[in-house]
Amino acid sequence: MNEKKPTVVWFSAITCNGNTHSLLSSNSSKFELFLKNFDFIYHGSLTIDKSLEDIIKNQEQIDFLLVEGAISSNQKFFTTSNDSTKNILEKLVQKSKYLIAVGSCASFGGIHAKFTQNDDVCGLKDAIEEENKKKLKHPIINLSGCPVHPEWIFQTLFSLKNFKEISLDDEGRPKELYGTLAHHGCTRNEYFEWKIEGNFGQKEGCLFYNQGCRAPMTHSSCNKILWNDINSKTRAGMPCIGCTEVDFPRNNMLETKKNMGIPLEVPLGISKRAYLSISGVAKTFKIDRLHKKLME
Amino acid sequence: MSNLKENKKNNIIENALKLFAQKGFYNTTIPDIAKAMKMSVGNMYNYFASKEELAKFAIKYSTNILADELREVNNMEISSKEKIYIFVRKYLENVQKSPEVIEYFLRVYLSNREVFKQGCEGFLCVGEFVTEVMILLDDGAQKKEFREQEFFPAFGMIMGSLGGFAFLSGENVLDKDLLSYSDAVADNIYRALKYDE
Repeated sequence: MNEKKPTVVWFSAITCNGNTHSLLSSNSSKFELFLKNFDFIYHGSLTIDKSLEDIIKNQEQIDFLLVEGAISSNQKFFTTSNDSTKNILEKLVQKSKYLIAVGSCASFGGIHAKFTQNDDVCGLKDAIEEENKKKLKHPIINLSGCPVHPEWIFQTLFSLKNFKEISLDDEGRPKELYGTLAHHGCTRNEYFEWKIEGNFGQKEGCLFYNQGCRAPMTHSSCNKILWNDINSKTRAGMPCIGCTEVDFPRNNMLETKKNMGIPLEVPLGISKRAYLSISGVAKTFKIDRLHKKLME
Repeated sequence: MSNLKENKKNNIIENALKLFAQKGFYNTTIPDIAKAMKMSVGNMYNYFASKEELAKFAIKYSTNILADELREVNNMEISSKEKIYIFVRKYLENVQKSPEVIEYFLRVYLSNREVFKQGCEGFLCVGEFVTEVMILLDDGAQKKEFREQEFFPAFGMIMGSLGGFAFLSGENVLDKDLLSYSDAVADNIYRALKYDE
């Protein structure tokens, strides 16, 4: 184990630091494993002896550059270390082998891109000059999510460390983590099948019909790689709000948009006609067991 | 199933529909239907296990005719208003051409619910047609051609109006030719659904 550990730099751009909180809330043994295998040389919120300036000036290469938050070139809108996030990012990217967008803001602009006062807020892919992208060893990896699951970060870093590359979907997300839907592994699937509605915060019923749950159209492994190893939004009674998708955040996220009582969007990969047809049939069956409380 | 057997089944359904619509479900017997088909009673049972089963197939068969027509209208690149007008016309043409289909719906399906209790629960036997009405309404509401409302009041309004008119026609109380009312009926339906600013 004399091999030099790959270096990891975390740059916080325009962010609420939610992904940092997520990282620090990771399973402690996984975090230890990460620190044993990587040289975590910089994070603005942690006590580390280097400054961001040191990192930029240092001749040393960065193996993995992790960026949290959206990017803007507008210094009137946002600066960090007396510079725009875009300028700092460009400098860091030139020294980096792998670039990983951590969270939805870094991936796609997120909530900051919704600000109408400044229209140049964006995610990494749109912020970086093409020639600098070419210098990277790998296409940009988007670990979307609000926040991203800490284990998705670790899994991506370990995969890249060991195999040098990772398979990505059309949105630049690792297929291993985003290939399936948040619906997979949802403990409410039986309620979904038989079209039994649920209410916010309760254990029973499906949250797709009225509560805005996006799990059947959201690429994510939230219900397979559980939060704090035990739970997920939908398991706790909170609808999936589709935070790993490009269009996040949307308006009225806790409501199911309907026309004449018919959902505007239906699960991925099925036509509306077919969905309405099977729903009508499924609703016909009244399964007593599923209309009762799980615990009286 | 071979095409030949399928055709024969449909033929039996069409004959049964007529008899059920004329005489009612209980007053129509399998021998009556066999007689109309010029078939032996025993052979009839090769196609349908019971009169109840035949009744369930008949409701699927008759509403699927309407579903196919409405699907065609739904797939047209026209406004929701025009869709309503075309659909109403097609519906009334059906009433005129095959009154037994609507009579069957009104006289047997709606009146003899006990026959359909098992195997035709909810929308199970009329699902294809209900789905097409959903598509029509959803599409119109999305395009803001229809106002937002719950599905069932809108559905009931369309079907109540059409069913009611078919009933008037069956009772022979209309002054004029059935189809001459088509646009007026469509206009009523459209006015009840249309988007208001």
